[in-house]
Amino acid sequence: MRETNREGRLWPAHILLSLGAVITVFPLLWEVLTSFKSFSESVQVPPTILPAHWDWSNYSKVFDGIPFAQQFMNTVVMALLRTAAQLLLCSMAAYAFARIRFPGRGAIFLGFLAVLMVPGQLFLLPQYQIMQDLGWLDSMQALVVPGMFSAFGTFLLRQFFMGLPEELEEAARLDGASPFTVFWRIALPLARPGLLALGILTFLWSWNDLMWPLIVNTDPAKMPLSAGLASLQGAHLTEYPVLMAGSLLATLPVIVVFVAMQRQFIQGIAFSGMKG
Amino acid sequence: MSLDVRTETAVPAQRSRPDARSQRELRRRERRFQHRDKWWGYALIAPAGLGLAVFYLWPVVQTLYYSFTEWGAFGGTTWIGLSNYRTLVGDPEFWHSLGNTGIYTGLVLLGIPLSMALAVLLNLKGLRGTGIYRTLYFLPVVTMPAAVAVVWRWLYNGDAGILNHALSLIGIDGVYWVSDPHTIRFAVAVVGVWMTVGYNMILLLAGLQSIPGDYYEAASLDGAGRVRQFFSITLPLLSPTLFFTTVLSVIQSLQVFDLVYLIIGANTQNALQNPAYSEGQTVVMLFFQKAFFDNQRGYGAAIVCVLFVLIMALTAVQFRLQKRWVHYA
Repeated sequence: MRETNREGRLWPAHILLSLGAVITVFPLLWEVLTSFKSFSESVQVPPTILPAHWDWSNYSKVFDGIPFAQQFMNTVVMALLRTAAQLLLCSMAAYAFARIRFPGRGAIFLGFLAVLMVPGQLFLLPQYQIMQDLGWLDSMQALVVPGMFSAFGTFLLRQFFMGLPEELEEAARLDGASPFTVFWRIALPLARPGLLALGILTFLWSWNDLMWPLIVNTDPAKMPLSAGLASLQGAHLTEYPVLMAGSLLATLPVIVVFVAMQRQFIQGIAFSGMKG
Repeated sequence: MSLDVRTETAVPAQRSRPDARSQRELRRRERRFQHRDKWWGYALIAPAGLGLAVFYLWPVVQTLYYSFTEWGAFGGTTWIGLSNYRTLVGDPEFWHSLGNTGIYTGLVLLGIPLSMALAVLLNLKGLRGTGIYRTLYFLPVVTMPAAVAVVWRWLYNGDAGILNHALSLIGIDGVYWVSDPHTIRFAVAVVGVWMTVGYNMILLLAGLQSIPGDYYEAASLDGAGRVRQFFSITLPLLSPTLFFTTVLSVIQSLQVFDLVYLIIGANTQNALQNPAYSEGQTVVMLFFQKAFFDNQRGYGAAIVCVLFVLIMALTAVQFRLQKRWVHYA
């Protein structure tokens, strides 16, 4: 009896939450609808809600405007390589900080923390200089290499390793396993939730990152989608249906990953409380 | 599908503890298992450590150095002392962009009460469908800012945008939102709020879920109503999470770039013809322009150094002020 009563009292909450959800989702919905309208229909006043005729040609125009397939591959390769490298390098360093005692550990950790506190723009000029000196402008290396290292990831995983039960590691150690074996065989599998959280976040940030690609890769064939979309906007400023189609294609993979793994995603965000 | 953010994952809720607890923590840490092979320690840290040193730590030092130099046309730097900083203090464009950034930050902070209201609603006992709501509110957070900007430009479009059409239905004349100097800041801030509400909501919800239910039961036995409970239980116990969310929002908003850059259309040929350009330009946009397009790298470096100091100072002030309103249980 009381339960049904309570469910009844929750209607105002549902109304407010639904209203907010509609406002939140509307821009994305409008993006989808516009991407199927012809140019003349899109600028019609008053606007139509549903496309009068579902026009797929905007999607092929995206491919005419930018080397979309190439940029899509660039983005995938960049995001995957950065993520894989961070997972490996950060977990190694994090384990050493959490479980190995050696002189200078505290000082080195402070260095990592210092990087964590500095806003990203302070790295850009010298990073660009390094890329230029190495002849890496307009290359995949430029997109990937600086993003392989992360103070944030190391910190996140260190916290994770510190929270793991130590008995298993101790036992393996007594059996004569080296610290690396203990790390690789025992601690790393136990840290899977932390690795997953870091992996998802890194993948997302890499996929969406705009400023660094804009700086280093000006050749459209070497750009990721974020920068490609910016140049598509430059070229097709008024052809909104084409821009909507391009935006949708660029966002869709991340949205699919998010919906499939939202539990880990949201836990990762809540756990780290941090974003790019 | 339920999406419980487990309470122990709510970092901010468990910061400082009573002394007895932390003593025990310390003793526990003493016992904590440690390898003693120092070479393994160095070997495992070396790859990440060297990468961070080369690409992050040393660049900070270099950027600081650049800020005292002028960049020659053929590379090479000349030491010019505080000259860049003097230019900056007298540069109206810098102050203007700082003002714009400040206004943007202030407006985005207004989204936090909104996030809090949503989190409180989602935390209501017995509410169904929280998973779906959470997913929907979180979508803008994962959407690529470059794509978001394009979509909102379209909504804001002065001639064929849906926003102006909706306003016309209730008899209001629309404006050119992103090229009108009076509206650009609000237009951009609305998008900023839209993109961060779901994110802050998740953090606050994690904080709410870590408040023990007994408190509310005890309070209602004592005859405290819903409103009273909110102000004497929820708000104080949530204040560490609110503080944390505010600090992060300020840090991130002060560095806003891609959203504003693309909404204003700074990437297009006729960007500077947008009459709203200077009213929308943020500090990081100014840095980007000076450092990478106008070839004034020393000046660009000075801009981001000042921004860094401002962020640190504002964060420090917030930490000082937290005593006044943040309650650690």
